[in-house]
Amino acid sequence: MTAPILTLTNISKRFTKPLDAAAKLANMVGATNREITVHAVDGVDLAITRGEVVGLVGESGCGKSTLGRVVAGIHAPSDGTIRWKDKDLSGLSATEKKAQTLAIQMIFQDPMSSLNPRMRVAEIVGEAPVVHGLVSRAEKDDYVNAMLSQVGLDPTYKRRYPHQFSGGQRARIGIARALAVKPEFLVCDESVAALDVSIQAQVLNLFMELRQRLNLTYLFISHDLGVVQHISDRVVIMYLGRVVETAKTEELFARPNHPYTQALLANVPTLESRKKTFALIKGEIPSPINPPTGCHFHPRCPHAIERCKAERPVLKEMGPGHWSACHLNG
Amino acid sequence: MTPVLSVSNLQTHFFTRAGVVKSVDGISFDVNRGEVMGLVGESGSGKTVTGFSIMGLVDAPGRIVAGSIKLNGRELVGLPEDQMRTFRGREVAMIFQDPMMTLNPVLRIDTQMMEAVTAHNAVSKEEARTRARDALGKVGIPSPEERLSAYPHQFSGGMRQRVAIAVALLNRPSLIVCDEPTTALDVTIQSQILAEMQKLCAETGTALIWVTHDLTVVAGLADRLAVMYAGRIVESGSVDDVLDRPIHPYTFGLLGSVPSRGKRGEPLVQIPGSAPSLARLPEGCAFRPRCSFQSDQCRETPVETAYTDNRMARCFHPLHTRGEAA
Repeated sequence: MTAPILTLTNISKRFTKPLDAAAKLANMVGATNREITVHAVDGVDLAITRGEVVGLVGESGCGKSTLGRVVAGIHAPSDGTIRWKDKDLSGLSATEKKAQTLAIQMIFQDPMSSLNPRMRVAEIVGEAPVVHGLVSRAEKDDYVNAMLSQVGLDPTYKRRYPHQFSGGQRARIGIARALAVKPEFLVCDESVAALDVSIQAQVLNLFMELRQRLNLTYLFISHDLGVVQHISDRVVIMYLGRVVETAKTEELFARPNHPYTQALLANVPTLESRKKTFALIKGEIPSPINPPTGCHFHPRCPHAIERCKAERPVLKEMGPGHWSACHLNG
Repeated sequence: MTPVLSVSNLQTHFFTRAGVVKSVDGISFDVNRGEVMGLVGESGSGKTVTGFSIMGLVDAPGRIVAGSIKLNGRELVGLPEDQMRTFRGREVAMIFQDPMMTLNPVLRIDTQMMEAVTAHNAVSKEEARTRARDALGKVGIPSPEERLSAYPHQFSGGMRQRVAIAVALLNRPSLIVCDEPTTALDVTIQSQILAEMQKLCAETGTALIWVTHDLTVVAGLADRLAVMYAGRIVESGSVDDVLDRPIHPYTFGLLGSVPSRGKRGEPLVQIPGSAPSLARLPEGCAFRPRCSFQSDQCRETPVETAYTDNRMARCFHPLHTRGEAA
């Protein structure tokens, strides 16, 4: 087992909405307005080894995007530590910190809102490597050409603006921009969700090809289990800010342990399931402002017992590399 | 048995400054009572415009230029708007992708639902409210009586879509056009809605047209599939036939593009290129530039060819059924 390239220990991220002036004033005369805190990510441990593709799955509001942003350095965690190549991020020198920030790049869901509409593609892709001194200004043109060819775009289009491209091409521009600073680790946040099936297949193939060619590590965030199953080595399932189960992809899909994972897998529509009766999982995802006590899943869980309401389950190893957080496992 | 809906050679074109956009260009299909037909296609294939044409909701610069749409035997194309209004919402209803856009944000749910009842039935307010409450209960909204007086923003996404379904069900239409109603929803919520729709169809015999880009959703729900590409139905047939034995190379490519079990880690089948602009379609078969089977013959437009088992495809180079053309 090689040492992990990235280790998250007990990472939490809370967003707090401070009281406005009116609420503070009301409190002075006896009202009890409290600050609203959203526990987006709640004590997540995760280790990713070099070259691995980790799929992060969950429904809206489970904190998967927030976790991705914490990994990419866009949000600072409220609690917990991040280690990059065995060094604690908080202890890095400025130069080391800059190298680390460049090494982890993010690819966003909607290429139309993450690409500056007033910049030409050559600028979008070429700006960061010049600023960070990876290439000189004179080499920029050739460098941009190489980057665009690498993601399957014709370099002659580099004078164009983002709106002149189709959805699939825009996704490729986003990928080229991330690759331009020579990252080792990519956080892909729903990067193929907005694309048509045939275009999605092209981009997924590109991701797999780049992984081979550039020895990249991915944190692949998606709500689409089919996509995650296809591309990932290991899958992490999140529910309301917590990791409920993690295992190698084959293992997780063959032997899901957590009741939430089981429900999720049973509900995934596939090409093979014809005229099926859709199984019902009760209720909806609770609000992360007021999460249920104990196990977050207990109000919807068909197997919930008394203990689930009171005690937070911890991740237990069910088999080699297969961890699940459920009281039913004893 | 006469079909609930019979569409033949429907052509809906948009007359824009950039040219004539042939969004729907000669499609024909029937939907029978209690049947679920999946209308599958990628963005810009004309699947939504097909739904809008059936509802009589195509606005300028768009126009139905030819063809016929028969609902329970009555012709809808060319019907004056005042007569169309008596159909729309009563005999045919539509559920849209985003319920936040279809529900009026400043009116309570009961106001909106009672309006839909009284528009088509001469009933008292009390009766209309009772019907609205029953419809909410039927789609699985807990405590419908209290929820009637809520505003749309007080519902979650899944609940909002249930309200939209309840509105569609109010007048017991014989056909509901569903335009990607579960695309914006989470997996577990999507499956609740699908279960609900499945049950309702079985109980009431309502026919459904399920418009979607997601083959995996219709695989579990539909009886028949029609695959659209660039404004035409390129293939149709029973779900099993189309998914297991596709005739058209586009369907074949589409199926190969879906990540699924057993293909893990392998490259997915790619359809090269992207869908053409509807204003500048290639001559002949619109799929020709992306097709690996194309030949000179494909410069002519392929006609609808019937195959065994009630299947249809538009292709000069059919897969899987060589010599089986009926």
